Amino acid sequence: MAGAAGVLLLGFGWEGYKAAAPDDGLVLGGVRVLPRTTDAAMPHLWDLAASAGEPVSSAAGAPPLWLVTLRGAGSSLVLATAGWVCGVLVGLLLAVVMARLARARAVLLPWVVLSQVVPLIAVAPLVARPDSADGQPWVPVVAIASYLAFFPVSIGALRGFTAPDDDRGGLYVDLFRSFGVGWWSGFWRLRLPASVPYLLPALRLAAANAVAGTIVAEVYTGLPGGLGRLIVDFGASAAADPARQWSPLLGAILVGLATTLVLAGAATGLRRYRPGEAR
Amino acid sequence: MRTGEPHLGEPHLGEPHTGEAHTGEAHTGAERIRDPHTGGTAARRVHLGTAATVAGALVLAGCAGAAPASGPEADGRPADGDDLTPVTLQLSWVRQAQFAGYVVAEELGFYADEGLDVTLQEAGTTTVPVEVLARAGADYAVSPVPRALGSIEQGARVTNVAQVFERSGTVQVTAMGQGLDAPADLAGKKVGVWGDGNEWELFAGLQAAGVDVAHDVELVRQAADLTAFVAGDVDAAQATTYNEVAQLLETVNPATGDLYQPDELETIDWNHTGSAMLQDAIWADTTRLEDDPAYEDTTVAFLTASLKGWVYARDHPEHAAAVVAGSASASGSALGPSHQYWQTNEVNRLIWPSTRGIGVIDPGDWDDTVEAALTTRNPAGDTLLTEAPPASSFTNRYARVARANLAEEGLDVMGESFEPRMIEPTAGGG
Repeated sequence: MAGAAGVLLLGFGWEGYKAAAPDDGLVLGGVRVLPRTTDAAMPHLWDLAASAGEPVSSAAGAPPLWLVTLRGAGSSLVLATAGWVCGVLVGLLLAVVMARLARARAVLLPWVVLSQVVPLIAVAPLVARPDSADGQPWVPVVAIASYLAFFPVSIGALRGFTAPDDDRGGLYVDLFRSFGVGWWSGFWRLRLPASVPYLLPALRLAAANAVAGTIVAEVYTGLPGGLGRLIVDFGASAAADPARQWSPLLGAILVGLATTLVLAGAATGLRRYRPGEAR
Repeated sequence: MRTGEPHLGEPHLGEPHTGEAHTGEAHTGAERIRDPHTGGTAARRVHLGTAATVAGALVLAGCAGAAPASGPEADGRPADGDDLTPVTLQLSWVRQAQFAGYVVAEELGFYADEGLDVTLQEAGTTTVPVEVLARAGADYAVSPVPRALGSIEQGARVTNVAQVFERSGTVQVTAMGQGLDAPADLAGKKVGVWGDGNEWELFAGLQAAGVDVAHDVELVRQAADLTAFVAGDVDAAQATTYNEVAQLLETVNPATGDLYQPDELETIDWNHTGSAMLQDAIWADTTRLEDDPAYEDTTVAFLTASLKGWVYARDHPEHAAAVVAGSASASGSALGPSHQYWQTNEVNRLIWPSTRGIGVIDPGDWDDTVEAALTTRNPAGDTLLTEAPPASSFTNRYARVARANLAEEGLDVMGESFEPRMIEPTAGGG
């Protein structure tokens, strides 16, 4: 309900701004602070809707734009999911190692943080080459998605796994220790459940990163099928058909919604482990 | 004009083995292509490891290790055509009629006739085709000459084995009636450029007209499409005759409410001002040409089939365009058939009529492009080349054999009677 209202509000905002603001936007001191409102820069929503129903090209039997976008979103979603799974596995593995061994933590943690200081735009061209995977052009795309996805998971999970150390002065950790419970047993029974409230937001963040990484990598490699390729293809004829280039954007929103829904479902299933943020 | 080098046109390469271009060497070829790929995974790990972190390498290792097992073809190339030599061609952009000859040769079986199994590798936004070729990521590459010269100066050992486009398709588009129809008129104007090596013809043209690119014009970085021109952000937009100009004719002119008409546009054509540089050519690996007779044979076979594809695109432009559109994008998001038809027609004009037979170019034209690359300065004051490229950068040797092969088949390699078609643009380009 609130979601639908939000979408409506956004629509009114778009058309309202388009109607109210000057065609050329607002330019202050040579910098455009408000965007143009021409039909080329901001097509009417009904033009976007009409464009979605039209065939994507004049070829016989060309599918309508909405179907092409949906297929692209599906393709990107598959790659983003693969990247997310890889990233989550690596992130969890790193977090376990860092939680178990203080020395490993001292060594690894700065590197984990540094890995994200290197901007994607510097890493992507090294990895995302059309020839870099032997007949598997999607591998670099998945690699980049996982590279972005592992970071929040490793940090979030580490914070979660070590939360019992601080919780009530480490009361439960001391209790487990006094019963002679081993580290691994304590991990499964205490640290893992305690990490859930930290892990869930991290997984959500990882999903968002994986989707963004997938689409950017698709643009870099020109990988056919996904939303990134649609951005490249439609961008090349943006002047002639301005409405079309908005469709990959809507597709990306769809992919984001799909991942959010799945993770929300997972969060509901794990509700009893989240006393702190239960709703 | 000439650089004083003894003879740029005839590098010292081994004699091509012209007789049987495709004998039993298929497996040599296969191994040569596969080797660098096997190293590819390791190289990728190293890149990330050095670039970032242990963790990054772990991510990649995990994913690269897991990926092939789940893929449909677990071990790379499909196994069809055991007796065909596998060849990879790196394109300079996505599949479109700019590459009609290669697409036609692939789809209509011209490559198979020559004993080749050719894979057309599309480029992404950051791909430099000649660099991919130089690091053995492809067997041949399509690239405009100026862009390749930049890589050659950086040490890439590649050879132009066939100059497919004899004329340049790069123009500067302006609105009619503003008096902007010669390079000198651009002084004081906002001039759009792409970068990526496309801008050197513009700089050369301005320089020849006495316009200082650093001070006399305002260079505006332009996106791949012409939105900036339509919005009036640039006075003169960079465009190719075979793509962006057509898109403009498919776009509604905000001033008139109708599609842009050809008589509303003025183009500054670098072919006419004398500052044109050679555009799309086929590039091969210089070291392999020198050391590997089988690769030389493959080169002749590859050129024969590719140029045959271009002859076909000249004689059947509408069908060639349909073939390109049909194979262009699995998702159907690529430019549609009517735009591809336009593009095929315009690309044909860059090739035909051919002065010396398709693929073979006057060494003087090569020298002119090199000369322009040595003397043209960008706004930072740099030239594209600081010294003449090695003599091995260009040869007509293989293209001559391919041209003779085609002539023997009775094909017209000159296209003297070529007439471009008249094509009506449609709104939106589809």
